[in-house]
Amino acid sequence: MVLQSSLKNCLQLSCILRTPKAGFRSTTSGGLIIQSVSNDVYQNLAVEDWIHDHMNLENRQVLFLWRNSPAVVIGRHQNPWQECNLRLMRQKNIKLARRRSGGGTVYHDLGNINLTFFTTRKKYERMENLKLIVKALKALRPQLDVHVTDRYDILLDRQYKISGTAAKLGRATAYHHCTLLCNADKFVLSSVLKSPYKGLKSNATRSVPASVRNLFEEDPSLTCEMLLDAIAEEYATQHQTDHRITLINPADETVFPGISKKTKELQTWEWVYGKTPKFSVSTCFNMVYKDSVLDVKVDMDVKHGRIEVCNIDLPEQWLPPALCSELEKSLTGSRFSPDETTTLAATLLRVCPHDDELHSRWNLLCENMVTLM
Amino acid sequence: VCIHRVRSCSSVRFIKSKYVCVFDKSALKFSHQQRLFRTSAVSCGQIVQFKLSDIGEGITEVTVKEWYIKEGDSVSQFDSICEVQSDKASVTITSRYDGIIRKLHYNLDEIAFVGKPLVDIEIDASKGVAPEEDVVETPPMSHEEHTHQEIKGHKTLATPAVRRLAMENNIKLSEVVGTGKDNRILKEDILNYLAKQTGAILPPSPKAEIIPPLPKSETVPAATKDKARKIPVPVSRPIVFSGKDRTEPVTGFHKAMVKTMSAALKIPHFGYCDEIDLTQLVQLREELKSLTQIRGVKLSFMPFFIKAASLGLLQYPILNASLDESCQNVTYKASHNIGVAMDTEQGLIVPNVKNVQVCSVFEIASELNRLQSLGSAGQLGANDLTGGTFTLSNIGTIGGTYTKPVILPPEVAIGALGKIQVLPRFNGKGEVFKAQIMNVTWSADHRIIDGATMARFSNLWKSYLENPASMLLDLK
Repeated sequence: MVLQSSLKNCLQLSCILRTPKAGFRSTTSGGLIIQSVSNDVYQNLAVEDWIHDHMNLENRQVLFLWRNSPAVVIGRHQNPWQECNLRLMRQKNIKLARRRSGGGTVYHDLGNINLTFFTTRKKYERMENLKLIVKALKALRPQLDVHVTDRYDILLDRQYKISGTAAKLGRATAYHHCTLLCNADKFVLSSVLKSPYKGLKSNATRSVPASVRNLFEEDPSLTCEMLLDAIAEEYATQHQTDHRITLINPADETVFPGISKKTKELQTWEWVYGKTPKFSVSTCFNMVYKDSVLDVKVDMDVKHGRIEVCNIDLPEQWLPPALCSELEKSLTGSRFSPDETTTLAATLLRVCPHDDELHSRWNLLCENMVTLM
Repeated sequence: VCIHRVRSCSSVRFIKSKYVCVFDKSALKFSHQQRLFRTSAVSCGQIVQFKLSDIGEGITEVTVKEWYIKEGDSVSQFDSICEVQSDKASVTITSRYDGIIRKLHYNLDEIAFVGKPLVDIEIDASKGVAPEEDVVETPPMSHEEHTHQEIKGHKTLATPAVRRLAMENNIKLSEVVGTGKDNRILKEDILNYLAKQTGAILPPSPKAEIIPPLPKSETVPAATKDKARKIPVPVSRPIVFSGKDRTEPVTGFHKAMVKTMSAALKIPHFGYCDEIDLTQLVQLREELKSLTQIRGVKLSFMPFFIKAASLGLLQYPILNASLDESCQNVTYKASHNIGVAMDTEQGLIVPNVKNVQVCSVFEIASELNRLQSLGSAGQLGANDLTGGTFTLSNIGTIGGTYTKPVILPPEVAIGALGKIQVLPRFNGKGEVFKAQIMNVTWSADHRIIDGATMARFSNLWKSYLENPASMLLDLK
């Protein structure tokens, strides 16, 4: 996606990051505005990690602008099974990412813009940042009724949420990032952010659902580009710095040494699912088999995304009990994930006496088990 | 003065019991060349209560969400201790001290208070207690080094112990590659760097991944191009290897493989190999590729191999059978559900194409496409993974010629296909021509399959593939 605005400037970020005093016509202390050329949620989150870990923010604050292709982003301490419809996301190829900041779950697509404010720990101030955004929006469209709540949300017309916030604090640096809905697909948003999974009990952070609205619906002349430019302009003014936006490529190891390692880590199963706080699943479902309806009760404890305890209660003798307990034993220790469960169940069937009836019952049970994941 | 030099416990990890505080006075006599990790003094502890520092924004309480350490672990300054959350902000709390964790004041999901103790750390008496303020990260090094770091634009993380080691050896931290967390420089990194210096004529380039050779002699190389670098001469120091063994439980896909292969062990396997000339098939596929592309299907060689196998099974149905547990009965399966071994990120899976005996080559290709995309997305269903009667494994796409495939119970045969190579062969007229050769290795259950049956099946399968037009005669 080529950004056409005259405000963009493809400077070598390396000279900005490495010699902050040379080659950049701005005051030595001040803001730096960068925008990602990538729409990959993992790459962009990796940029945040990189800046947080490697950049010296003593005399410099950074505003990072980014957008992602469809993805659901959960907070650091959340449970994806509680927060979103993983089944639907797999079907629609919508990625799942876990960010390092706290807070709730959001849906990203190209109609949503993300803003990250990097500062030192001492200068961490979320309200200021959000007020900056509101000021920029009002400067762009004075008639917009937008304001910041004390929950760090931005509301439109006093009722619709158009922005959610989260933050990460490290030893010496911090960042505050937030979303801004310009023209996102609300239909997909509401369907993926509704979890179909029942019977989950956990201490993970719960998202607070809210009615959302796109700024585009309020004023169809608005585009993401315009919002990004307006916010960059306001940031530059407040930090008395160059308003030019520097484009950065999150895949460039020469500018961000070590970033591909961070990107990979964000995509691992251990991070995305394995970091889910311990939870339990206690549910029952009905299976329709030939002319009868069967009640199945399932109880599982899941820790680090893996099944620690597994109990499946079936009507007596519907399946050989030895086989059932083999399934429970197999699932213990394996990932709470559909493909691992399916593979294990299919494998167990190989060492069973051959019986078409048994096979179809087994497959039915397996398919139903998988709907819990 | 010498008190600074005495350091205990930095790399020697005493994790278990408490020990008597013995300050070894003889340590005062150590020369300044003494390597800091070879101490004999025993660590002794002063328990310091590490308090939860101010989060900002007037926050007084947070929830503890994850502990990165447990009681008894040793930590270095800047190591992450725990993750706490307050009002949508996730905060990583890092250690201010080097030492051993003695007590965690909170359990998971408990509320922790700012200003109150979070963990108790036992630190070295020699180091003293650091000030309450966050330790500012200015290391005790020369001005030149400090500027060098600035120029690189990133902070070099290293504990005071490591910095001292570097300084004593006149090493610029910015030139050492850190292998610790957050690219932190560890003692091992300094030692590796030193090892590279001795025995090398030129300073090592930062990108080289050469394992440094053991220094053979004690002499410092004469033609070193680096000025002002006085490297102490080591006496045949062993290469520092900081790798550790790692044990983890067998779960998931690996567990599935363990089960399957353990069951397969009970089957007495015999192998049969042959060479197939695919020259004509290669040409045929080239011609048909574009046709299937128009219909939206990618055509590989597998659909042909699968269909030819099914035609063969019609003639030798015992290869599509199953032997029961007690070896009393053989069941001849009516459907040819031919499994295709697939390598995915997580491991080996074998989905199967159902009822190949009534499918056209195109239908098989189409079904393979579907199974492949589901397989790589990890979305194969139970039905796709069960009910197989015969399996083909195209290991040749990765490489290899001959293999010894393992039969997947309850099946009785499996074929592994090597890679297609261009090799010289003689034709009917005795002339050498370029042939596209692929090797196949069959394994079969010798309890019910004999060598002759396997050989005849293989010959039939081979003849279909070497002369694809002959398949037309027998296609149903």
